[in-house]
Amino acid sequence: MNILVNYVVIPLVKIVVIVAILSGGIAYLTLMERKVIARLQHRLGPMRVGWHGILQPIADGLKFIIKEDIIPIKADRFVFTIAPGISLVPAFIVFSVIPFGPPDSLWGTGGYVTDVNIALLFAVAVSSVGVLGVILGGWASNSKYPLLGALRSSAQMVSYEVAMGFGIIGVLLVANSLSLVEIVEKQRSMGVWFFFVQPIAFLIYYFCGMAETNRLPFDLPEAETELVGGFHTEYSGFRFSLFFIAEYANMITVSSLAVTLFFGGWLRPFSSVAALSFLDIIPPPLWFVIKVLIFLYIFIWVRGTLPRFRFDQLMRIGWKVFLPVAMANVMVTGAILLKFL
Amino acid sequence: MITTNHYLVLAAIVFTIGVIGVLTRRNILIIFMSIELILNSVNINLVAFSYLLKNVVGQVFAIFVITVAAAEAAIGLGIIIALFRNKETIQADEIDLLKW
Amino acid sequence: MIDQIIFYTLAFIIVAMSLMVILARNAVRSALYLISALLGFAALYIRLQAELLAGVQILVYVGGIMVLFLFVIMLVSVRTMEHQARQTRQWKAAVVIALGVAAELIYLIVRGGSIFVTKQPPDALLTKSQNTQVVGEALYSTYLLPFEIASVLLLVAMIGAVVLAKKKI
Repeated sequence: MNILVNYVVIPLVKIVVIVAILSGGIAYLTLMERKVIARLQHRLGPMRVGWHGILQPIADGLKFIIKEDIIPIKADRFVFTIAPGISLVPAFIVFSVIPFGPPDSLWGTGGYVTDVNIALLFAVAVSSVGVLGVILGGWASNSKYPLLGALRSSAQMVSYEVAMGFGIIGVLLVANSLSLVEIVEKQRSMGVWFFFVQPIAFLIYYFCGMAETNRLPFDLPEAETELVGGFHTEYSGFRFSLFFIAEYANMITVSSLAVTLFFGGWLRPFSSVAALSFLDIIPPPLWFVIKVLIFLYIFIWVRGTLPRFRFDQLMRIGWKVFLPVAMANVMVTGAILLKFL
Repeated sequence: MITTNHYLVLAAIVFTIGVIGVLTRRNILIIFMSIELILNSVNINLVAFSYLLKNVVGQVFAIFVITVAAAEAAIGLGIIIALFRNKETIQADEIDLLKW
Repeated sequence: MIDQIIFYTLAFIIVAMSLMVILARNAVRSALYLISALLGFAALYIRLQAELLAGVQILVYVGGIMVLFLFVIMLVSVRTMEHQARQTRQWKAAVVIALGVAAELIYLIVRGGSIFVTKQPPDALLTKSQNTQVVGEALYSTYLLPFEIASVLLLVAMIGAVVLAKKKI
């Protein structure tokens, strides 16, 4: 009975809550993106639906559901149908290992769905599955622009995953654990966020994360001006919205992992300084959300500011800049740890 | 009770499926995927024995198998691309230049 | 009980998906089924307390090798070959021989099964958070030479792939 409650009921409740919050968050992330981009371009953004467009996401969602769902006659129906799901599901699964609060919160059940000993590897591995949805979607459309987008994205994602992995290894060396909860706990016991220990690793991780989520300046798989819409050109209605949600969920995943690995997860700033303990009135999960929001804002900010790379530039920066720097970072970190610890 | 035998039988079945795939299909890409199945069935054996004997060596060896699989995929797919460029086919039985 | 349910579900997924791999007409469908089978293998590794291997399996196979496969399938555009025969001419003989081998294998496993006495509770070596550490230690101490050889193998494969795929060297 106890096993049933501990391993089935409590995780299920947490999963439902997280999925609900995440879905709402994604809906309002689109509004945030439109508003921020609008401000960057001296516009107002959505203003009509509700006060300052506050109900815009609901209107958008309704529109996506009501629109006709077209499957091109030459498309591979089966693959075309499941591709958005393949893209969406991994994006949500990753959140099962991301800690939102300390292990003793939520009446001792821990502020996470589960804490596994390979959490970090799991998160990286599962988020690498999402790319298959993009590739299969592009192939199944049986049309040239989606196929080009799919080819570009498979080349891009494989390249950037390598550099991303090497970036994370730097953190791993310092933290000595693959469990995300332990990584955050380590940041508390060391009294310093890993960003200050591994700044290069953070930059590489964040840039590669942008590339992995197909965001500008790395959005070549869906470049509107050259590929119409890349892999999702032929998608419409509900299925298109699934790709859309997956992209935003991936943005939140990358930001959450960045916060967990480099910015102390649920910890408040300067968690070792007792003089700042008044900051504790904000509960740990809220700190987590605030930090994630900052990174999401940077995502949007970058999108509104930088132009898109050319494809050869993209490959060059991935293989000839990020990868060597990440490897050098791992080596230097390892050498320093070996020498001084 | 799930014993090591269960895992071994499962591995044997997957191995056989892989062998049938290699021997019967014409498409080189699917032959390659069947080889991946065979390598994975071997990995099941290694990990099952590692669990049975409480010894981590099986897992270490499985990692080597995955490494070899990655190398094999890279080379094999390179060969397929070179082949397709020269012969415009990826059907294994149409590549019979050495038979004559 | 739960043990059996999990094992048989996973075994069913793996066997069914493997069969679909070799039966599918289209190479992309095959790749899709192979991905499902590989995820099943990863789940099985977790049952066998090889968590690191499960993660590596998903990362390398699903995130790496299968993406490569799909990339090549798209490059060689296999759609035109869908209505050609799937099998080689020797397929009947091949199936008979392969089934013979399978029968032999399973017979031997069932007959010799009593050798593999299952020790019950797994000891500390392979449990909990130790797995990654234990595998890593074995990899970097006892098996350092094979590890280095594997890295050389990967280097050779990398150069080979570049040379093979390049139009003019």
